[in-house]
Amino acid sequence: MELFWNQVLAGISTGAIYAGMALAVVMIFTAIDNFNFAQGEMAMFSTFVAWQLIQWGMPFWWAFVLTVALSFAAGIAIERALFKPLAKAPALTNVAGFIALFAIINSVAGLIWDFTVKPFPTPFGTAPFLGSELVSTHQAGMIGVTFAMLAFLYVFFRFTRIGLAMRAAASLPESARLVGINTSWMIALGWGMAAAIGAVAGILIAPVVFLEPNMMGGVLLYGFAAAVLGGLTSPLGAVVGGLLVGVFENMVGTYIPGAGNELKLPIALALIVVVLVFKPTGLFGRTVVQRV
Amino acid sequence: MTTLLTVNDLRAYYGQVQALHGVAFALDEGSVTTLLGANGAGKTTTLRAICGMVRTSGAIEFDGKPILAKPTENIVKLGIAHVPQGRGTFTTMTVEENLQLGAISRSDRTAIAEDIERMYGHFPVLRQRGQQQAGTLSGGEQQMLAVARALMLRPRLMLLDEPSFGLAPLVVQELFQILGKINREDKVTILVVEQNAQLALELAETAYVIETGRIVMTGSAAEIASDDSVRRSYLGY
Repeated sequence: MELFWNQVLAGISTGAIYAGMALAVVMIFTAIDNFNFAQGEMAMFSTFVAWQLIQWGMPFWWAFVLTVALSFAAGIAIERALFKPLAKAPALTNVAGFIALFAIINSVAGLIWDFTVKPFPTPFGTAPFLGSELVSTHQAGMIGVTFAMLAFLYVFFRFTRIGLAMRAAASLPESARLVGINTSWMIALGWGMAAAIGAVAGILIAPVVFLEPNMMGGVLLYGFAAAVLGGLTSPLGAVVGGLLVGVFENMVGTYIPGAGNELKLPIALALIVVVLVFKPTGLFGRTVVQRV
Repeated sequence: MTTLLTVNDLRAYYGQVQALHGVAFALDEGSVTTLLGANGAGKTTTLRAICGMVRTSGAIEFDGKPILAKPTENIVKLGIAHVPQGRGTFTTMTVEENLQLGAISRSDRTAIAEDIERMYGHFPVLRQRGQQQAGTLSGGEQQMLAVARALMLRPRLMLLDEPSFGLAPLVVQELFQILGKINREDKVTILVVEQNAQLALELAETAYVIETGRIVMTGSAAEIASDDSVRRSYLGY
């Protein structure tokens, strides 16, 4: 039984990272109805920036805060430069843009920092957490930081006027403009926040998967799966989806004989497909109640 | 009386199709004006052109300042509230959030809270539904909410696009009474586009008739209401 709870906790800690990536995916999706395939690469690049700052001697948390702020600004800059001009273009043009962005960021990171795997420091240490052999203090820290970020986002979207304006712009752009909201800037702000969330997720997962230009590939795949499972338009769904995927993955690896590390990804993804067959809008995808 | 809005030689285009062919009219401050016309005559397009939501040429002046082809959100901030066809309700948000959004371009928080109370006074049903998802409201309630949301801007001019559409006759009566009250008490200038010409002519002082993108008739509401051709075309008797 102790093994079970340890596996759940370990699942939640990686699930928290998937939740972070899923949340970034959902933020962009609700704003522009498209998957940002480059979300993982943006997060990876942010993580390299943090690593570089730490290499230059900056304390971890200073580097963390500065990287998140820089990522926020870079997210806005990418939207203004690349995707604002594509706002009225067909969806496939946008997809091409995302793939180009993916390739560019990946190669530039390789060019600057090369493709060798680098260790990434953790401020939480790697001792067993509360005496558990499967959960380390770093994993506990991942959960803590992610949940603090989620609480911040909840308060931001639920209780601030700018959060309300962003939700309005995402749900009904034309009505939003008719109450005086600059919807174009709201989209840019969404990109900034998605980039910042990705940076947090990247920095937290880097000590686990190690730092290299392809580090976020698998993580983003889980993030997409989590977002789809949660229902794509629901931030809460993204978080629950992320945690569920993290726990599924660990359960499959532990309890299904022969699954091990190699098969846990396909089995977890298959489970998600099964869920979607029975609930196509995802677990939290809203069926909007509407009367006319 | 001062002129609040002047429209001159207004042309509007949807892609290659021209929908307005040189529309011209003016609204006096504090007046109620109605724009009548058949389906596809260009009523909605005229309202959308004022708010910069279609491609246009010509001239529109609001309070002496040119506003043609400015970004919609900037035009709105000058004090022009548009209640669009279909109401534009933020259906996934609560009634109160919808009202907050109406005032999103203002920064005077205490006055916004007071205005929400004032809206609940005008429309008591909205107070009961304050924390309810706006999409669960009936059509009439959603139209009340749309008008209330527009008023939260503290507009000088309110544009209403078919406010009676799809509503029960009693609800329409109530809505138009409130619109008259808002015009008298809050001095909001109103331009209303209506299929229900009789009702619109009762509320308005001035009327314009639009046909295939051109203004074909102008007069006081009483004159227009007694005109034979208008009566046959739009009043149905």
